[in-house]
Order: sequence, then C-alpha cells, then structure tokens
Amino acid sequence: MSKRVRRRYLALKVVCEEPVNGRDVMGAIWNAVLQLFGEYGASQASLSLIEFDPQKNCAVVRCSHTALEMVRASLASVTEINEKPTVIQVLGVSGTLRALRKKALLQG
Amino acid sequence: MRRFVDLRLRPSINDPDQVEGMVRKASELGYGLVGIPLPPNVTRDKVDQLQRICSNAKIDFVTRGDLTPKTPGELLQDLRRFRRRFEIISVTCTSRRVARQAAKDRRVDFLLFSATDLHKRFFDHAEAELASKALSCLEIEMAPLLSLSGFSRIRLLSRLQREVAIAKRFNVPVAISSGVTNEYLMRGPHEYAVLATLFDMPTPHALRALSEDPLAIVKRNRKKLSPDYVAPGIRVVRRKTGV
Repeated sequence: MSKRVRRRYLALKVVCEEPVNGRDVMGAIWNAVLQLFGEYGASQASLSLIEFDPQKNCAVVRCSHTALEMVRASLASVTEINEKPTVIQVLGVSGTLRALRKKALLQG
Repeated sequence: MRRFVDLRLRPSINDPDQVEGMVRKASELGYGLVGIPLPPNVTRDKVDQLQRICSNAKIDFVTRGDLTPKTPGELLQDLRRFRRRFEIISVTCTSRRVARQAAKDRRVDFLLFSATDLHKRFFDHAEAELASKALSCLEIEMAPLLSLSGFSRIRLLSRLQREVAIAKRFNVPVAISSGVTNEYLMRGPHEYAVLATLFDMPTPHALRALSEDPLAIVKRNRKKLSPDYVAPGIRVVRRKTGV
C-alpha cells in the first residue's frame, strides 16, 4: 500500500501597487523557488495554485508538507511582480482546505 | 506567547508618515518591539515623537545608536559620548581593528558588518572569542538577502553560513533584524525565521534570534540605564525622603 501524500495549504495575501492575477503570482513564486533552491528543489515542492481572489488579492496555494519551509522562504523572497514592488504575506498554513478557510475566516 | 523584536527598522526619521506606516506594519506583522537607528545629535522632541508613534501602534520603541567609527580610538570616544544616550549601541565594523575593539568592549551590544562588501565582514574565530567574553551579539540584517540576487546573494549566504557556525561554536548570541528602509521589504518574524534556514540556522534558533536574544539585551540595558542602577547586582531600593 502506498503512503498517503501529505500536503500543506497556504493562504496568501499579495500586496502590490498594481492589480495582479493568479498566473503572475504563481510565476513570481516559481521564480523565487527556482532562484533559491534550483530545479531539483522546485521539483520537490509540488506547488500549485488552488484559488485566487482578485478582489481581495488573496490566494491559496498547495505544496508538499516536506517543502513547506522551502516554499515559505521563497514566498518571503518575492520582492516584485511585473516589476512592481510586492509583498506576499502568509496568512495561515493548514493541512486541509477546510481548516485553512476556517482559520482565514477567524482572522477576518 | 513569544514577543518578537525588530531592532533595525530604518525609515527616514524626518518623514513621520513613513515612520508611522512602517511601525504600523511592524505591529501588524506581529512585532512587539522595534528599534529605530537615530543620529547621535537627535533631539529629545524627535525621540518623543517616535515614542508617540510607536505607542499609538501599540508597539514598544527602543532608541538605538549606530556607530561607524574609522579607528578604534574614534570608537572609544563615540562610546564615551553616546553610550548613555541610547538603549542599544551597534557598531558597523569597517576595519578589522575597529571590529576587534568593538568585540571586546562591553558597551557594544551589536556587531554589524557590511552585507555588500564581503571583505569587510570580520567575524572570524578571534572576533567570536572576544565577542563571547564581552557579551556582544552578532547582528544579521535580512534586507540584503531580499534585495540582492544571483552571485552576490550566493556569496552572502555562504559567508553567513560560516559566521553562524562560528557564532554557535563560541556561544555568541545572534540577533536577526530587518534593516529595511521601506514597507515593501518588511516581512513577518516567521518569514525571517524560514529565510534564516538558508544560512543553516534552524528555525527554533532563528525564532530565538528574533525574540529572546535581542530582548535580553534590551532588558539588560534598560536596567543599566535606570536611575536606580548602581553596579551589577547593586541597585537603589529606596531613597531617603524629607532631608
């Protein structure tokens, strides 16, 4: 029997001077992962965008639980999207989407 | 709950809006105490204004003097003049002789080295040995890690890995501070802690470098600067009144 894949869901807030879309955000995250950890590191992250809310500029991304620190470090190192200064803040981390949404709701 | 500290926010102190924005952001990110480097000739009014801004944002404020002496003699002179004016004194070491003098002087709280000119990072075994005896702390600024890229960031990371290993070997406390000049480079304490894993600092150690270690220095200095302090272990408990 194969072992169940453990994942982590991250709720993110994107603070940028200009409106951005999910593709821009993921592009910036992938670039940061590649710059800091290279292709081998990026291959272990299993990063994917679950949802992006352009009104609130909030996103949910998923990654492998073993790569959580790596992804958080990469998120912290993002300084610009489309050449505009940007910050990506981690609002919460959880093992399930349901718990993450609950956390995000509690935080307002 | 842990109280996080950012001892090096660098807004322009002549721009109250920028100071307010950065202090509010620090509070939002979860910091409970911030330090802002002040020029030696800062006025009492300016300090009071910064204090007011910080208390409005419900955050504690530490006055900090950053000295950049060119010679050991200049460092000693600066320390004599400014030590009691600031709660925290940090020395940016521009030469090996200054670095050695700063490391062995108990009045120096933080040793800071250039992040861009790696030839001016003098934190080696000898420096660490002196620093561990004088209870000074190695300060690591995180802003260059965010602003640099490519080869310069690789070289900085490799140097930081070596320095953190030396600090650990000689029991020199490490403090992580942001050193940011604008809001867009500000990150939360947990973000800095995971970034610190890039220079081989385990997350629990990094969190300590963002809270307990710098807080202990602030607490120690506040005690020393209080009017009741006489000498280590001796303080005024009660004053005679009505004489």
